[in-house]
Amino acid sequence: MTELLTLAASTATGLPLGITEGGSWLLRNAWLIPFLPGLSFVGILFFGKRMPRGGSELGVAFVGLAFVLSLLTAAAWIDHRDNFEGEEVHRAVAVAVAEHGGESAEGHADEGESAEGHVPGHPSLGVHNTVTWFEMNDVAFTVGTLVDGPAVMMLVVVTLVSLLVHVYSTEYVAGDRRYTHFFAFLSLFSASMLLLVVSENTLQLLVSWELVGVCSFVLIGHWWEEKPNSDAALKAFLTNRVGDIGLIIGVAILFFTVGSALPGQFGSFSIAETNALAGTGQLSHTALVVASCCLMAAVMSKSGQFLLHTWLPDAMAGPTPVSALIHAATMVVAGVFMIARMYGVFFEGFSIGGSSINLMALIGGITTLIGACLAFVQRDIKKVLAYSTISQLGYMVMALGVGAWTAALFHLFTHAFFKACLFLGAGSAAHAVHSFDMKSDMGGLRKVMPHTYRTFVIGSIALAGLPPLAGFWSKDEIFVGTGGWGLFGGTGGNGAYTFMLVMGVTTAALTAAYMTRCVYLTFFGEFRGHGTPHESGPRIVVPLWILAGLAIVAGFGNLPKGLPLVPESLQERFGHFVEPVASYFPGISHGTPSWSLATASTLVVLSGIAVAGWYYFVKVEAASKAAGESLTELPDGLTTKYPLARMGHTFLVQKYYLDHLYTDVIAGGTKGPVAAAAYKIDQDVIDGVVNAAGENAVKAGNLVYHRFDQLVVDGIVNNSGRASSGAGGELRKIQTGKVQDYAAILFASAMVLAGVLIVIV
Amino acid sequence: MTVPAALQGLDPLTGGDVVVAQNIAFGILSVVMVVAALRMVTTRNVVHAALYLVIVLAGAAGIFILLGAEFVGVTQVLVYIGAIVVLFLFGIMLTRGALGEDEEANTEKRRMATLVGVLVLVVTGGAVLDSFGDTAVNRSAPSLTAEIGDTIFSQYIVPFEAVSVLLLAALIGAIVVARTD
Amino acid sequence: MLLNQFLLLAAALFAIGVYGVLARRNGVLVLMSIELILNAVNINLVAFSAVRETVDGEIFALFIIAVAAAEVGVGLAMVLLLYRNRRSIDLTEIDLLRG
Repeated sequence: MTELLTLAASTATGLPLGITEGGSWLLRNAWLIPFLPGLSFVGILFFGKRMPRGGSELGVAFVGLAFVLSLLTAAAWIDHRDNFEGEEVHRAVAVAVAEHGGESAEGHADEGESAEGHVPGHPSLGVHNTVTWFEMNDVAFTVGTLVDGPAVMMLVVVTLVSLLVHVYSTEYVAGDRRYTHFFAFLSLFSASMLLLVVSENTLQLLVSWELVGVCSFVLIGHWWEEKPNSDAALKAFLTNRVGDIGLIIGVAILFFTVGSALPGQFGSFSIAETNALAGTGQLSHTALVVASCCLMAAVMSKSGQFLLHTWLPDAMAGPTPVSALIHAATMVVAGVFMIARMYGVFFEGFSIGGSSINLMALIGGITTLIGACLAFVQRDIKKVLAYSTISQLGYMVMALGVGAWTAALFHLFTHAFFKACLFLGAGSAAHAVHSFDMKSDMGGLRKVMPHTYRTFVIGSIALAGLPPLAGFWSKDEIFVGTGGWGLFGGTGGNGAYTFMLVMGVTTAALTAAYMTRCVYLTFFGEFRGHGTPHESGPRIVVPLWILAGLAIVAGFGNLPKGLPLVPESLQERFGHFVEPVASYFPGISHGTPSWSLATASTLVVLSGIAVAGWYYFVKVEAASKAAGESLTELPDGLTTKYPLARMGHTFLVQKYYLDHLYTDVIAGGTKGPVAAAAYKIDQDVIDGVVNAAGENAVKAGNLVYHRFDQLVVDGIVNNSGRASSGAGGELRKIQTGKVQDYAAILFASAMVLAGVLIVIV
Repeated sequence: MTVPAALQGLDPLTGGDVVVAQNIAFGILSVVMVVAALRMVTTRNVVHAALYLVIVLAGAAGIFILLGAEFVGVTQVLVYIGAIVVLFLFGIMLTRGALGEDEEANTEKRRMATLVGVLVLVVTGGAVLDSFGDTAVNRSAPSLTAEIGDTIFSQYIVPFEAVSVLLLAALIGAIVVARTD
Repeated sequence: MLLNQFLLLAAALFAIGVYGVLARRNGVLVLMSIELILNAVNINLVAFSAVRETVDGEIFALFIIAVAAAEVGVGLAMVLLLYRNRRSIDLTEIDLLRG
């Protein structure tokens, strides 16, 4: 059973992939985890309507089971990571160090004890289990699972958030006319994401990627009777299609590129093989660059990165639990996870090891900034959170772009908890006031909704990144990973990305400020809506508290190395268990944490909170008292006083005019004019040419007539003029507008040309 | 242009009985097909035209079998005669009476079409006769369906997938175009 | 059998198809004539395939059959739309492109 898989046919004889078919039963049968929600989907679809609770009990039960299974799998992985002793492991790891160790040994050298990954006997072999789907031309197309650190982490996060969302939904969408349908697709959504997470090859990844897209379409458009909702669903779907083209092309390029490095095969979809070959430099760099760019397009659309992010705020049209699921654990992190999974390809393709700014880091950096700016001008509480998600995803992509792989995954991990907490809290508040508009229908909710208020504030602080909550640790790790900080102890890393560090820190201040605004508008001041809101029931509050608790403690999973008062065995646990130390993973370098950087970023966050807090809690509060009503902004604020600020505000409200660019300029610009141009060409150009030819000939004739002696050329000129004019008239008759006449001309001229060709050749 | 060589195709009776039988079969099939095709494009009754189309398509299936391409022949019968013609009959049924029987009013158009058709026949026929002379079709054995399957799913897998996507797109397109709303 | 006899038969069918496309005013009949043209091409492909004793030509013929099915589907949908909008499928009446 224990067999080390190598690329037997590879040019580098026996290049070890760092994967095994051994390991415990749970790790080998991880397919059960996506299978359970999938089963639940089928069950709800066929039997849901007949069940006493409309099928929701089935969904909760199966996803709960999947969650338990994921926890067990995680425990099994923790054991496997340190204690797995396969028969040939020692030899294989030794080979790996000898052959490919150059760069990775160097990369891990500065880590002290964590270089253990390359010491024989401490392997982190991904557990690989495949069956052949079909075979052609000696290439076996497989389906299967590749279970390693990132996959296990995602399994736990996805099943946990999904379970909580399922529970929450039983109350939130209670009484909905498509209650059963909603739960069916919630289950399918979770199943597709789980399948994506354990995918062993890119083809399977592509399939589950598309499944996630379809489910999001269905769920965003859950209340499709209202036009904006179905529009939003379509927008999400179509924007994702743009990126999916990139994914398909990228996957195809990688398939054939890998094939060219494997004698006797024309391609391979295997992720482990692709990464291992890319990591050892056996694949063409050009191909990797192109493939990385194509895959990046897919990430941009799925993970809402700049330029293709516009669908994400609109996707708020879906029910709030769906938004929480989309933003916290499933859809949008699929792109980030894909980068993490194919990191060998991206690492080589974008030359992340070097210090020059690459496409991925740049896109991430821009996204994180623009997302944070946009969050300031939203009235809708869910849209604030949506732009915040875009901004945080930008962080993750940026972190991956600068080589801080572990930091990105850790941020994904913590973000899942506090963002789910915030979304569900926003849903709870909106459920109470029957609106999402912070300015007109919320305010003062802290008195009537204490639980929602407290969890929301905890989530906000975690998002803003104040110690010791979860967001602080992961954010700090990303800053460290940029390697752009040289004050009082450099940070190392893969190079000095100072520009990215500046972008990240600026965003941290903005994040703190807009979350302060959001909290003030929702929970402080006086209630501005109608009716009497009251706290939600236990099925909403309990998930909120669970998530809030995780938002507090999740950050302790990866305490930085060298933190005093903490035993060494508790430091960098997350990085130790999640980061693969195998030859299908590139050798990345880790920065060393810096006290000065952590202090500086905390001060920045505090100043962001202070500025926004001063504006809202002091100035606006005072103005409200003076005006005798609950205001949401100062009557004589910056935007009313300074035209430049107002312009900036409008620019933000219009979302940088990107939607106008897409719908009016690009779509409208191609649709209308093509039809118009075809008609115009027919009308003006063809007719014009014919008529103008006639007229000009007449004119020319007249010119000649006057210029020269009319006795000599009179007759000829008149005749030629008349002939041209007549020819124009005759040619005009060809434009009958009847398809068949045109077809006749087409066939006849084609045949005449063919005949000429035959005679000549 | 070696016209006699082409006409010889119908009468080399020297190749044994099989060749004779094949040539006779080809002669019958081709005459039937050409006549049916001519009737199809000239008849005034649209339903009759569809039935003439069936004859031409069945003849083509016969030609395929004559050429040793059994699978294509069977597919021709299944898809063309079984499905496409039925589709045509539905189309005719749904647009019944849409056109008056005043076809002969348009003699000018017919003259043009005849001209182009003859031109096409002369040029393509000339090109064929000029190029292939007396190349013979002597297939040793009918092509195997298994071989076709293997080739489609290995060498031609990408076009195959493209065609399947095209069919899906056409399906959706047809529904979108023809729906009533 | 000679290759030419098949090619000439195909040429004849092709020419008849072209005549049908150009001369008939009924949209459905035009579509049928297009099928005639496609069949002529199929006969050519299969004949060449038989001469070369490979299956490539036959596979292309199969592809053409599939594409023809798609073409008929969309074509008939368009004719139906035409009929619904104008109560007529006379192609000579459709002349919005007239110069």
